Amino acid sequence: MAPVLHRIVERRQETTDVTTLTMVPVEGSTLGFCNGQFNMVTALGVGEVAVSISSAAGAGGPLVHTVRDVGAVTHALCETRVGAVVGVRGPYGRGWAVPDAPAPGAVGGDVVVVAGGIGLAPLRGAVSDLVDGGGAGGRRVFLAVGAREPSQLVFGQDLARWSAAGADVAVTVDVARAGWTGHVGLVTALLDHAGFAPAGAVALVCGPEIMMRFSARSLLDAGFAPESIQVSLERNMQCGGAWCGHCQLGPFLLCRDGPVLPYGGRVAGLLLERER
Amino acid sequence: MTTSIADLVSSHPLLAGLPGDATTTVAGCARNVAVEAGELLLAENDPADTLYLVRRGQVAIEVHAPGHGPVLIETVGPGEAVGWSWLFPPYRWHFDARALEPVGVVAVDAVCLRAKAEADPRLGYELMQRVAGVLLDRLQMTRLRLLDLYGGGGGA
Repeated sequence: MAPVLHRIVERRQETTDVTTLTMVPVEGSTLGFCNGQFNMVTALGVGEVAVSISSAAGAGGPLVHTVRDVGAVTHALCETRVGAVVGVRGPYGRGWAVPDAPAPGAVGGDVVVVAGGIGLAPLRGAVSDLVDGGGAGGRRVFLAVGAREPSQLVFGQDLARWSAAGADVAVTVDVARAGWTGHVGLVTALLDHAGFAPAGAVALVCGPEIMMRFSARSLLDAGFAPESIQVSLERNMQCGGAWCGHCQLGPFLLCRDGPVLPYGGRVAGLLLERER
Repeated sequence: MTTSIADLVSSHPLLAGLPGDATTTVAGCARNVAVEAGELLLAENDPADTLYLVRRGQVAIEVHAPGHGPVLIETVGPGEAVGWSWLFPPYRWHFDARALEPVGVVAVDAVCLRAKAEADPRLGYELMQRVAGVLLDRLQMTRLRLLDLYGGGGGA
């Protein structure tokens, strides 16, 4: 699949090293995608990198990617200005599996979203479709967000909007700064007394892998069924088409079978595998 | 309808489901307390004489740093407990605990509780098991925070 040229139409600095780029195709219309999928994004003349999609699939607007500056390609993307052109190929992989809204009058299970750091980016579209787009259909949406410190929180405006719209949004930081009056502690601590009902609920978890392991254990302790917990895994995605094998995790090629997988089954054990 | 102090004790996750008449025993050491926002529940180096069961509101665990004022280490909310130093000699608080908002707690007199636990080893063992479970959780969370999970890392 050849990259499709996209023009940057908006650029927002989320934190000192995280930038959100909104882009539209230079020609044609934005390709459809599922929340939780990723694209291979090219900084022209520099290279290509896998970046999750952070716009909402149901909104039908321009494509949004949130990038953390951690290397040459991501640095070039973070430096990209409005009007510049990048390459996009995708979407790839499997996204979040959120059950449809319950029928009118029926009660649906809670949706619990756990995000750590920039892990909120792949979840943003799913939460937006649930809360902004009405996809929750009366279901309760709980969002637990962890960050290193207040200045490292991403999508602050979205969090405030989702909270105002009725989602149960809790934010915690590892390190507080002067003026911070919110929670301080690990994101799993937010789950202990969140008030969700695990029966029939679904949990979407994304963040550093250690955080996801411990979050999944907290959710299991709270009564979640292993198959009701979904995690978004990241490995070295390169081809996007399950050809090169760089993103292999046990029997999975994450660019095709993931990045979102149920925590139950083989994934829980694979996340404990030591690299040899 | 008035809620008894025994009801408040038994409805807190730390002490819910105590066997026999242990709830009544613990409730005999407890009182319901409201704390104003900004008020200290306990202060570093003061005698550690109370176990606080948080019912509502957020409590900040802080330490005072010269030139920086209070440094917020962790927050504790409803369903959690504040204060462990009452369990171990020399029974002095190691940190401050401040109400970040109006806070409701069940304050358990630790001297009274220790005496009852020593007189009734079954109660003492039950309490120690529960407190140890919470301490283990706190230790594991602290270890994970030391990892700086959200810090940088290599990448493309």
